[in-house]
Amino acid sequence: MEPYLLSNAVVVALLAGLGAALVSAGRSRVWRDAGRELVRRRPIALAILLAYVAIGLLDSLAWVSGSSGGAMPGGDTVSLHKPRSAIDRLFPDDSYREKSYSAPLAEREFLGGAPLRHPGRHLLGTDILGRDVLYQTLKGARVALLVGGFTTLIVIPLALLFGVVAGYFGGRVDDVIFFLISTLASMPGLLLLIALIMVLGRGPVQVCVALGVTGWVGFARVVRGETLKLRELDYVHAARALGASDARIVLRHIVPNLMHLVVITFVLTFSGLVLSEAVLSWLGIGIDGSWGRMIDQARDELSRDPIIWWNLVSASFALFGLILAVNLLGDAVRDILDPRTLRERA
Amino acid sequence: MWAYVVRRLAYSLVTVLGVLFLLFVLFFLVTNPDDIARKAVGEKAPPQALEQWKKNHGYDKPRFWNREQPTDSMLVDHFRRMLTFEFGNSDADDTPIWRRLRSGAGPSLSLSLPLFTLGLLLTISLGLLVAFFRETYIDRMGVILCVLAMSVSTVLYIIGGQYLIARVLRWFPISGFDPSPAVIGRFLAVPVLVGLLSNVGDSVRFYRAVFVEESSRDYVRTARAKGCGEARILSHHVLRSSLVPILTQVVVAIPQLVMGSILLESFFGIPGLGSITFDAINANDFATLRTMVYLGSLLFILGQILTDVSYTLVDPRVRLE
Repeated sequence: MEPYLLSNAVVVALLAGLGAALVSAGRSRVWRDAGRELVRRRPIALAILLAYVAIGLLDSLAWVSGSSGGAMPGGDTVSLHKPRSAIDRLFPDDSYREKSYSAPLAEREFLGGAPLRHPGRHLLGTDILGRDVLYQTLKGARVALLVGGFTTLIVIPLALLFGVVAGYFGGRVDDVIFFLISTLASMPGLLLLIALIMVLGRGPVQVCVALGVTGWVGFARVVRGETLKLRELDYVHAARALGASDARIVLRHIVPNLMHLVVITFVLTFSGLVLSEAVLSWLGIGIDGSWGRMIDQARDELSRDPIIWWNLVSASFALFGLILAVNLLGDAVRDILDPRTLRERA
Repeated sequence: MWAYVVRRLAYSLVTVLGVLFLLFVLFFLVTNPDDIARKAVGEKAPPQALEQWKKNHGYDKPRFWNREQPTDSMLVDHFRRMLTFEFGNSDADDTPIWRRLRSGAGPSLSLSLPLFTLGLLLTISLGLLVAFFRETYIDRMGVILCVLAMSVSTVLYIIGGQYLIARVLRWFPISGFDPSPAVIGRFLAVPVLVGLLSNVGDSVRFYRAVFVEESSRDYVRTARAKGCGEARILSHHVLRSSLVPILTQVVVAIPQLVMGSILLESFFGIPGLGSITFDAINANDFATLRTMVYLGSLLFILGQILTDVSYTLVDPRVRLE
């Protein structure tokens, strides 16, 4: 199977999973009310986040155009056969490329002042190689969502597994897991992250895995503590007296009661992960195509004369908008679902 | 209490061993010594040079167990060298790692100490200020500003701060470092200001939450009922009882205090431990990186013991047994 078909399938599967989760949450009144409350409290932040997700999705589904062969006028034939996403298709091909910088909506070339080849085509200008800045910024949404979303998909199962097992079974198991947690927690986060990426190699998957490995510890602690509390509640005792197995108790009575923590953690860690990726990009070990990478590339251009600001500003605003929306949502989600437990972690 | 400290130290030793084992897994099992050697000597180096380099750096030994000489394997070597603080030479250019640590500690401390103390003073006073005006417009504005400030990436604070303070306003040099007392302040001003700004949002919000929470306690109501002024309540009662969460927050910063800030130091050209770490990333210097992670963890573990002990100083209810 072609790689782009596979990645499309992953996206569709993720969407289906998300849809199923939403539908099953919608059945319970608690979650439905929480959702309504969230929409009531933070409509704008929610809309902004949805816009980012939509851009990321449009960029995730790629397909090959039907036309076979026939060179573009002045362009190459290869680009016709590359799978391109909806975002790719919105932007002109390489045949419309500038030579180098063009300021937003400029008429003349940035260096030298010759007339632009394609004036007015680049809303946010182009970078040093003549690539469209708006295009790169939109592409960054997918990377950011990937970093935040994919990594939390590593973090949450790991933390749930270790936290619940440690809290529920206690004893030796708890000792071992708690030792692992406290060992990982005593290694400074950024240094461990750097070491992991150096060791695993550079690349998007490696960065996500490294972020996941360093990220699950804090949440596992919370899960462990909460499980310890839940284990002693009457309904758990009742279930045990009725002869329910450990697996059944954990899956039916403990994990569903941890779900609010999962949702809160998902939102609260998301922004931290995206910001960490920006730091990693700055250190030269981030993910290609991320906003962090754009910022990293643009940082020396501020000292050029005349100043080149549009690269930096568009990547920064895109990053800031996403993080702000997620932070605002995170606060609201925490207040709605759990006014007390996670306060101290704020 | 001494019995507690001894027990705590013993447990910490186990944690240190755990950290060392994790480092072993990362740096000796997941990474292939051949790859490290090839990156250090170069792609086209002859096999003899590769072998010689591995021999010099101890990467030629068996990983776990040496049949002829049980004490001579990478595992034993790694533990022995780290525990005796004999870090050996850098993988990249063979300088002794100790010499680097010694040269970097001073610049790192000269940046992180002012940053740490000023940061603590600034964020706690701002937190108190916002908590003083709680449930007014000032409080709401403060919280919104904090969330806005938290949503800006550290790297943007660094770029923006340098651009504004050093390039546009030309108050201070753009980057560089000079340890002589007359000019050191000029070089540290911009990194300190940027560092302060970049975590003000997070910390102020945290301290505000702590103070507001504490203000709803009964003893605060009693103090108010007795006619104690709101400012005095905050500074004499609330601040004192909030010392435990404040201490907890402070410990997290201890490793950074010595290890320096990687981002700030590398960007502003301060030759501290953070810069050394940054260079180690770019030079694929695994030995230095390993040492840095180990030292950072060690400092963190020490800091945790110190906090636990200092809890007894700030909170007479805490007894360590």
